[in-house]
Amino acid sequence: MQQDDENGIVLTEEQKRRRRARSIAIALALGALVLLFYVLTIVKLGPGVLNRPL
Amino acid sequence: MSLITEGADIARPADARVEPSLADVGDYLALMKPRVMSLVVFTALVGLAVAPGHLHPVIGFVALLCIAVGAGAAGALNMWYDADVDAVMARTADRPIPAGRVRRGEALGFGATLAVGAVAVLGLATNWLAAGLLAFTIFFYVAIYTMWLKRSTPQNIVIGGAAGAFPPMIGWAAATGGIGVESLLLFLIIFFWTPPHFWALSLWRAGDYARAGIPMLPVVAGPAETRRQILIYSFVLAPLGIAPWLAGYAGTLFGAVALAAGAGMVVLAIQVRRESGVAAAKQLFAFSILYLFVLFAVLLADDRLGHLLGRSV
Repeated sequence: MQQDDENGIVLTEEQKRRRRARSIAIALALGALVLLFYVLTIVKLGPGVLNRPL
Repeated sequence: MSLITEGADIARPADARVEPSLADVGDYLALMKPRVMSLVVFTALVGLAVAPGHLHPVIGFVALLCIAVGAGAAGALNMWYDADVDAVMARTADRPIPAGRVRRGEALGFGATLAVGAVAVLGLATNWLAAGLLAFTIFFYVAIYTMWLKRSTPQNIVIGGAAGAFPPMIGWAAATGGIGVESLLLFLIIFFWTPPHFWALSLWRAGDYARAGIPMLPVVAGPAETRRQILIYSFVLAPLGIAPWLAGYAGTLFGAVALAAGAGMVVLAIQVRRESGVAAAKQLFAFSILYLFVLFAVLLADDRLGHLLGRSV
């Protein structure tokens, strides 16, 4: 890491690579959670998922 | 422009430095202690599978996922609290926090978030008894074992072993909504398996534990007393291992395998008691992992066989 008062913190290439890997992992985890909650809702409620007052 | 670059200009003490994280995804996975997690998931799977009744496969999968994540959360919180002792032990010095790749606060936030998420989703997906047991297990491992017992008593892993014994009970509770005698037996098997397993390891890691100030039994009472206690617990474990068969919850296949495996544990524990070196202890440690895996795998196979043959287990 390089620290410069005018430019702020400038990440090294390695730090950028690791941050990108963490970001992708978080995105994948969130996507998996969305899918999980969707499937779980269908399984828990079954056909009742559509049975609600409009 | 990243948040780090933008935030760097915010006024702060001159000597304070914002260090960008060096953590890789693998470091966060390591915080979850994947090897411990695998045994937790396997024993929970068996508890869930041998429980009476039917659980939708998707809900069963979600339950196991929550138990796995809950175990991972407990591992991360353990590493958050134990970073100081991990740094002085050869076995743990390369963990993400002592190695400087993950900050303690990051591990705390990661572990706490996973713990709350795992308990909440397990409760919503199955029932709140299973979720409560998972929450208690995480609390027991982190607060009772890690924060209190580990640094204060040589009985740390005996009492703390309960945390590792809960997963099959959580799996059973997720499937049935209750706690049966069968799941209590599975709990007791793991509970009494833990001391010979960890004390065998601690026999050749005593120097590490002594340096870290952890009062493991070989450090406090010496290797001879440790070997004696390993034998005592193995004598208790062997009959407990066949208890599911004796109580009529498992078939002859399980009974035969449990009897042979239990005899193996006792024979190796006797060797550990007789020999002064660590070769027998290493053998016992390796065999104890095999013992637990085989016992639960055969229990699962026996249950499936029972269903195929129409036997009520």
